[in-house]
Amino acid sequence: MKKVKIYVTLRESVLDPQGSAVKGSLHTMGYSEVADVRIGKYLELQIDPSERDIDGIVKEMSEKLLANTVIEDYRYEIEEAN
Amino acid sequence: MKFAVLVFPGSNCDLDMYHAIKDELGEEVEYVWHDATDLSGYDGILLPGGFSYGDYLRCGAIARFSNVMAEVVKAAEAGKPVLGVCNGFQILTEVGLLPGALLRNKNLKFMCRKVNLKVANNNTLFTNQYDQDEVIQIPIAHGEGNYYCDGETLQKLKDNNQIVFTYEGENPNGSIENIAGVINEKGNVLGMMPHPERAVNELIGGADGLALFKSIVKQWRESYVQA
Repeated sequence: MKKVKIYVTLRESVLDPQGSAVKGSLHTMGYSEVADVRIGKYLELQIDPSERDIDGIVKEMSEKLLANTVIEDYRYEIEEAN
Repeated sequence: MKFAVLVFPGSNCDLDMYHAIKDELGEEVEYVWHDATDLSGYDGILLPGGFSYGDYLRCGAIARFSNVMAEVVKAAEAGKPVLGVCNGFQILTEVGLLPGALLRNKNLKFMCRKVNLKVANNNTLFTNQYDQDEVIQIPIAHGEGNYYCDGETLQKLKDNNQIVFTYEGENPNGSIENIAGVINEKGNVLGMMPHPERAVNELIGGADGLALFKSIVKQWRESYVQA
């Protein structure tokens, strides 16, 4: 069994109003060091290896459903599941 | 003319859409469940607002893979009018029938009010009953209606006159170029965040949306019904 960790984030060119609001809040709390906040999604998939290439299917699933590549980027890591 | 109002789990403007067509427009209409595999019996397809599949993952992302959406793509290819309102618009962008995407409102608030809309293109099958640049009042009700597309796509939208509605005066969600509704290149698929089906009778606050549905019927009669 493999564990796939997928990170979906808004593209750099896309404004993230949620991130801006959180940044504002962190500044209010006194953390003036925070230069930027971007909010994304984290997904964990448990995948049973099959004859299909795991990288291939993770990319396919990400581009078809998990991320909207018009506005989002994604990256992933594949680990052995415990 | 016979319309289909698609119903996804979580649609909540389907009744309003049905009412607008049946009682105010006076045309035939049926509800069609999301697992339907045939839309050939309908002349126009309406995707109502709501929160299909709870807006899980992204608005419209899961609904886009419903059985019926393959049929909507076929209907669009066949040139039938397809209208997506609010969540319906989001689904149409997810399935790729319309360019761009809908982001969270810039002010992070769910906006529910009447807005002024400018008819930026009245030369479409959805807007032929409006004047060019006419300002109309239609309600909005959304948290994720901030239309976004990249610069190249925006240029294409402008070059092809695909921007059909823009917010006039205040922009409620921060959309690029004040866009409220866009049409596909072919001109038969319209997506818009405001709810024309909620503005079909003066008794409930305005009837500026009715002309949109009348436009569809007019075009259809001229194309398919012998005089």
